[in-house]
Amino acid sequence: MAFAAFSSTKSNGSSKPKKTGKVVIALLAPGLAYLGAFFLTPLIALIMVSLQAQDPFGGIGDYIPAFEINNYFVVISEYWPHMMRSFGYALIATILALLISYPLAYFIGVKARPYPLLQKLMLTLVIAPFFISFLLRTLAWKQIFSNESWIVTTLQQTGLLEADQYVVGTPFMVIFGLTYNFIPFMTLPLYTSLERLDTRYLEAGSDLYASPSKVFRKVTLPLSMPGIISGTLLTFIPIAGDYINASGDFLGSSSTAMLGNVIEANYLQINDYPSASALSVLLMGAILVLVAGYVKKSGTEDLL
Amino acid sequence: MKISLGKLTFPLYALIAFIYLLIPIAYTFAFSFNDSLKTNLIWRGFTFDKWTNVCQREGVCEAFGNSVLIGVVSTFAATALGTMIAIALVRYRFKFRRSINLLLFLPMATPEVVLGAGLASQFFNLGVQKGIATIIVAHVMFCLSFVVVTVKARVASLDPVLEEAGKDLYANPRQVFWKITFPLLLPGIAAAALLSFALSFDDFIITNFNAGADMTFPRYVYTAAARGVPAEANVIGSAVFIAAILLVLATQINGERKRRMLLKKH
Repeated sequence: MAFAAFSSTKSNGSSKPKKTGKVVIALLAPGLAYLGAFFLTPLIALIMVSLQAQDPFGGIGDYIPAFEINNYFVVISEYWPHMMRSFGYALIATILALLISYPLAYFIGVKARPYPLLQKLMLTLVIAPFFISFLLRTLAWKQIFSNESWIVTTLQQTGLLEADQYVVGTPFMVIFGLTYNFIPFMTLPLYTSLERLDTRYLEAGSDLYASPSKVFRKVTLPLSMPGIISGTLLTFIPIAGDYINASGDFLGSSSTAMLGNVIEANYLQINDYPSASALSVLLMGAILVLVAGYVKKSGTEDLL
Repeated sequence: MKISLGKLTFPLYALIAFIYLLIPIAYTFAFSFNDSLKTNLIWRGFTFDKWTNVCQREGVCEAFGNSVLIGVVSTFAATALGTMIAIALVRYRFKFRRSINLLLFLPMATPEVVLGAGLASQFFNLGVQKGIATIIVAHVMFCLSFVVVTVKARVASLDPVLEEAGKDLYANPRQVFWKITFPLLLPGIAAAALLSFALSFDDFIITNFNAGADMTFPRYVYTAAARGVPAEANVIGSAVFIAAILLVLATQINGERKRRMLLKKH
């Protein structure tokens, strides 16, 4: 059911799928071989690099193949705070995105049902942020909350912020940006789930004297659970690996650096490939645990 | 009174939510008309100059051109490969289905830094020079799964009876595909291609790991962000936004018109 936003796959009961043949191999082979070459083997390359050791005869950035498990302990002890920050920020931003998206998705998917054109227009507005560059829209928030902006000066005058306190560079700003940037990933699956909700169940609930809040808790919420789960997965994963929002040139500062920021810095700036790779493998491992939990619950057929 | 207020709650909430979603877009658009110098931080007055002379700013149009080229090539490759997989998944039964579903899902579930660093390590191990070609290889990889998902939905909604009718009328498999299956799948394939282009055009993280010296539009913005992004970048961003929104609205209005025509007929 994850990615249900992009699909509304209903199994076609009328005809049974055909059996394996040459055609199916010809259809599958090129794409799967591509993923094997440029998705799977790079992950293996990543694991190999994460175990490399400094070349004793080389300079900075020279590594030799090795089996240096110790790399993992080094990065865990050194970047422990960044890991906590990554998953902490991702958790808060995901919850905020869920709280903001749910009423919106409910309005579009349930309340606006009599007006299909309006529904479509509102869905377009939900994905509108995708059409403007991710970096530009993040920079726009930076400017809106910049130190000289009227928002910040007003906050300072009213005493909500100290005279030398600003918004950009704080965890608040980073979480704000992460929430904003990934809201469509939450709203779309929620919408897909709520759009299929049979309102007669809600009526049945209130006919049986359930209060509106009880109808919501006992009927609406459980029926929209697939959307909540896939939306949460779709939002949490990219946020945990994001490094734009928390970057010092965008909404963050050195004190908000997340896992993505240290991977980028280690890989592209100081050429410490083993550390960057070890951190990537750890991040991937954490995500795989999440996905495995999901697959165990829902199977693989609904993944796509 | 209480009832009317209750009825207004949801529309009002939606309105506020949409304003919130649109604020950065409006800001970017507004500041594309700013008569700014090198950076674009303070409002200095209204001008059309940045729109009419957008390529005067060094590097902007070159980066934009690279992004379009990369987007078009990766979209073609990813759409072709992904459509084939989508057809196979819906129309055929085969072994290893679970593993294939998982293999297709994982690239979408993998954080971009991991995809970027992994591919960069692979190119490094193989001694491949990074550039436009490596960016395209990377983009095809992460667009592929999204194409499969989008086209799969369309294949599933396609009635196999139509293809069988073609066969009954002695069309060979190739004719059935190009005369029946492909035209019916086209809206799904077009949607997948659009999504794929949008993903490729806006990608920064994976691109940055695999780019070498070549600029793309997001890389240009990222590099410029340290010193201040010029208004010309806002022009490109706004122009792309307008084009994309018009395209989406046009297809939606067209779809709605067709739906109404069908309703009238019945």
